[in-house]
Amino acid sequence: MSRLTVYTPDDAELVVGRMVREMERRLAVAPPGICPVDMASVFLRLCHAQTCGKCVPCRVGLGRVGDLFDEILSGKGNAETLKLLQEVAETVKDTADCVIGSDAAAMVLKSLEQFRNDYVCHIEEGRCVGRFAAPVPCRSACPAGVDVPGYIALVRDGRPQDAVRLIRQDNPFVLACALVCEHPCESHCRRSMLDDAVNIRGLKRYAVEAAGDVAHDEPAPSTGKTVAIVGGGPSGLTAAYYLALAGHQVTIFEKQPDLGGMLRYGIPEYRLPKDALDREIGGMLSLGIKVRTNFNVGTDCTLESLRKTFDAVYIAIGAHGDKKLGIPGEDAKGVVPAVEMLRDVALGKNPHLKGKKVVVVGGGNVAMDAARTAIRLGAAKVTVAYRRRTEDMTAQELEIEGALNEGVDILQLLSPLRIETDEDGKVKTLWCQRMTVGNLDDSGRPRPVASGAPDVPLDCDIVVVAIGQDIQSESFRKEGIPTSRNALVAANDLSIADMPGVFAGGDCVSGPATVIRAVAAGKVAAANIDQYLGGNMVWASGVAVPPAVPTDATPIGRVNLRERPASERVRDWDQVELGMDWREALHEASRCLRCDHHGSGAFEGGRLARW
Amino acid sequence: MVANNIPDADSKMVTLKIDRRTVEVKQGTTILEAAKSIGLRIPTLCYLKGINEIGACRVCVVEMKGSAKLVTACNTVVQEGMEILTSSPRVRHARRVTVELMLTEHNCNCPTCSRNGDCRLQTLANSLGVRNVRLGNVLSGQRKEESSPSIVRDPQKCILCYRCVSVCDKVQSLGIWRIGGTGARTSVEPPFGRSLAQTDCAYCGQCITHCPVGALTEKSDRDRVWDAISDPETVTIVQVAPAVRAAWGEALGMPRETATLKRLVATLRHLGFDYVLDTCFAADLTIMEEGTELLQRLSGEKVKGDPRFPMFTSCCPGWIRFLKGQYPELVGNLSSAKSPQQMFGAIAKTYYAQVMGIPQDKICVVSIMPCTAKKYEASLDTMRSAGYGQDVDIVITTRELCAMIREEGVLPERLEEEEFDSVLGDSTGAAVIFGATGGVMEAALRSAYYLVTGKNADPDAFKAVRGPEGWKEASFELPGRTLKCAVVNGLGNARRLIEALKEGTCQYDFVEVMACPGGCAGGGGQPICQDDKDLSPARAQNLYALDASAPLRFSHENPSIKTLYQDFLGRPGSETAHHLLHTDQKEWKMNAGAAKAGETKRASALAVWAL
Repeated sequence: MSRLTVYTPDDAELVVGRMVREMERRLAVAPPGICPVDMASVFLRLCHAQTCGKCVPCRVGLGRVGDLFDEILSGKGNAETLKLLQEVAETVKDTADCVIGSDAAAMVLKSLEQFRNDYVCHIEEGRCVGRFAAPVPCRSACPAGVDVPGYIALVRDGRPQDAVRLIRQDNPFVLACALVCEHPCESHCRRSMLDDAVNIRGLKRYAVEAAGDVAHDEPAPSTGKTVAIVGGGPSGLTAAYYLALAGHQVTIFEKQPDLGGMLRYGIPEYRLPKDALDREIGGMLSLGIKVRTNFNVGTDCTLESLRKTFDAVYIAIGAHGDKKLGIPGEDAKGVVPAVEMLRDVALGKNPHLKGKKVVVVGGGNVAMDAARTAIRLGAAKVTVAYRRRTEDMTAQELEIEGALNEGVDILQLLSPLRIETDEDGKVKTLWCQRMTVGNLDDSGRPRPVASGAPDVPLDCDIVVVAIGQDIQSESFRKEGIPTSRNALVAANDLSIADMPGVFAGGDCVSGPATVIRAVAAGKVAAANIDQYLGGNMVWASGVAVPPAVPTDATPIGRVNLRERPASERVRDWDQVELGMDWREALHEASRCLRCDHHGSGAFEGGRLARW
Repeated sequence: MVANNIPDADSKMVTLKIDRRTVEVKQGTTILEAAKSIGLRIPTLCYLKGINEIGACRVCVVEMKGSAKLVTACNTVVQEGMEILTSSPRVRHARRVTVELMLTEHNCNCPTCSRNGDCRLQTLANSLGVRNVRLGNVLSGQRKEESSPSIVRDPQKCILCYRCVSVCDKVQSLGIWRIGGTGARTSVEPPFGRSLAQTDCAYCGQCITHCPVGALTEKSDRDRVWDAISDPETVTIVQVAPAVRAAWGEALGMPRETATLKRLVATLRHLGFDYVLDTCFAADLTIMEEGTELLQRLSGEKVKGDPRFPMFTSCCPGWIRFLKGQYPELVGNLSSAKSPQQMFGAIAKTYYAQVMGIPQDKICVVSIMPCTAKKYEASLDTMRSAGYGQDVDIVITTRELCAMIREEGVLPERLEEEEFDSVLGDSTGAAVIFGATGGVMEAALRSAYYLVTGKNADPDAFKAVRGPEGWKEASFELPGRTLKCAVVNGLGNARRLIEALKEGTCQYDFVEVMACPGGCAGGGGQPICQDDKDLSPARAQNLYALDASAPLRFSHENPSIKTLYQDFLGRPGSETAHHLLHTDQKEWKMNAGAAKAGETKRASALAVWAL
């Protein structure tokens, strides 16, 4: 018998390892609305399975806690059960030898504190508080409620034009979203339980590219009502589009020389080409929407005067202001807000960055956009300084990866302290404090805390500040619209209190968010403004979705969109990402599990035909 | 609410093989329908054609060549070249296990169940050869829902087929039954944790007649009837609604020719009722009162409600609850005439008691109704005009009557036919057709014509309003004006009609509404047909045949009605008539705090688009 052997995992361990990965995937796409008591109960059982079996509280206690859960969930519990649950869990937490037991018990205790109502409802009424609320996961995850399985089925059927029509029923920015949407739909795709989410955004891009020009529906007969839209970004344009379809006369007032808002002035050309955006917006305007650009409501006219001239007003001014670092030297020459830099580039006023050293402060998508834009403007060196870790960044993974590939350095755990200038008042050095990771905050990310290590100097010519956006709502506040931290305060239906006929939505209400959320707000505004004006418009594409074809769900890979080589793309402004071809699109479209037909999506035939 | 994944109607033909036979069907046909076309009956349970095609029970699974999984026949559309096996060892096994699984969560105490013998689960388990349940029996801990006077839901019998959910939503447009709970504790319940009595439920009972098992039943009043009959002090007066006579034989296995009205009379007398009378008498009375009211309204005298809208019939308590809950602003347009059931009760406890010399406080009026909402109507505070408790004391459904007949052990087919007792047993053909959709309208028109012209029209002159269609309209010439009428049955159709009236796309003088599809003939208290056939057209045929052969076919010619007016009421619309036969429809309110189902639906649809 040898004294030592090399460890090799046995079959069971391999299976469990695979199972754990599957569990992770499955949990990641857990549909919303699951009963928290039920989830806590199954989680506890899982924890119990992990017990090593040595100590009483963990080995026995967790089992008994599980039994109490069963009692509560089966409607047989009472107040005493709940008390006992708390008592046993507290003891397990206090006495377990290691975290297998103590953390499991802590989770139970936390759940008792955080959703006690759910426990009480099971005890007193024998039912869950909530109800399962996601019949078609992708569609319910989409803020605009786009009929995802519907258009994927149309792509698969070789009907890209109909796919575009169906998307437009809920979202007029088909192309823009095909290129830049954050696709929350994919993070809920049920296919993830099996292998990986369907590449929904990729399929949308395929549809819109394969479709070519698709004529817009004819607007309904004129209602004689007029609507003013303040701000021609995605939210304002969406509202304008659906209101124009409903037969209202819409006028958009836009401060900048062109429409598009952040789509034009925030998102760089290499992600969303301006000519594509122009085409998309042009199509929307063809419904007869009037536009006044270079017109700033607040200085060029008052909200009050708009209210007098128009039957309804929708304010969607976005969040185009910048947030300050609040550190010494911030007013130095060479410190620019990222929104301003990106806007200047879009306006054709490229800042001179050639050969310069640029530091971008921040970890969001705007920071990545600024960094990658700086690279294309010929900066000698671009560094992103972020006070947390890279994995804590709010920027999309693809954007971070893109920036890294294009030569951006990302320095983590650096928090700006002060800016040192040369004798001309120009930026010379950005001094940063070295941070380390602290306790987890509410977002589940570790808080950055000072590490005590010496401060770090970052020599640079330009500091781009990308730590958030502000809402320029001052003039609206003065005219009586309530604000909270500069955001306009609107009700759930986007109406403004005590101002009949005035609605507000998009980034200026929610704070900086995504295109698709701006579109969703535009939709809500359109529906409620139409109703306010006495209309009862039904926005329906009339496109019939092909019936689901039975398929065996065999695990198969996902087609990801390819990108142009980094070394090539940093030299131009052309699109980074490449679309799918037909073969790839068919592959991807065939992966869709048609949750509009299977599962509870089958109610209503998977879709409501109107909104 | 229309699903738009219905394939195009102009579709091509598809050829496939089912059980090795070649079948050609229209594109878009389901496997189930294709199999049916060649005489194959695939078992189903949750399936309701056009209403509930969600594949929830999985009993209709079949083998499809090339597919690793079994597919559901009810909602899988055929494809060219498909090869299907509807019965194979694998299919048979899967069906058995599936039904076995259902039985593990079903209260299988069948002998005590009101649906014993006409339960689809029972029949299915038996026909599939499920002889053993090996997996135990775990019943829901959810509470029984018995808050309403009409409908009871037993969660331990519910198999979650969701037929009730779909019928209430798609046919009746109310959405009272929703999917509640989550995960394994998913259930069917009213929204927001309300009890049924707190909702806008119409109590129509369509959920009961579409329930495949005994989960939904009427609240039983059978024992109260036995108690009244067996109490020597109590004088029981029973009234039989028109639609009951057309359906009562079904549940007793009697052919329509044998299950005659006169045999029903004999049976009721055998059960022990002291006086066997006819709701049709009161239906004739309703015509006199409601017809007079209509003519007053047409002449511009006493126009109640919104003058832009028609007068609505008021015989159907389900419809009245619907209107009060969903369109309270239109309640004023209801006729103030009570329903025949309530007119009968009020006259029985006053005039009839006098004529027959029965002490009023000893009378117990029992109604046999095709309806569950009638139980509710009889219990209203406003329905005690005679001054001796409720005007109608007990209401039982046709189903409860049949159960009592079976309990009694009498074989109706062996009884000699008998006549109703006099006075309140006399009626005309016009009253009999109240039980079919369009009947109230037709009967009213027959008498209205006479009241205006002094002459009788041909009794069949108004038959344009007959037939099972959901929304019929017809115009009739009365001297001096054209009367525009509409007849709707089913609350979804009622909603469509009201919405159209509001939009101004239609305009009527007089509208008959019955909550149940097919009118009272298809009522929620009628015998349940095991194979989901809609028997209401056949029952209506029966009623029209009775009308055609009736010696009198005009309500105003009913001699007992004439005497009633001469001796007691004076004239239609008199003060006494108003006291006993009319009601202020606004006097009772729907349950406080109940949300409008339509609104909540809209709200939840919109809530998906978070800002």
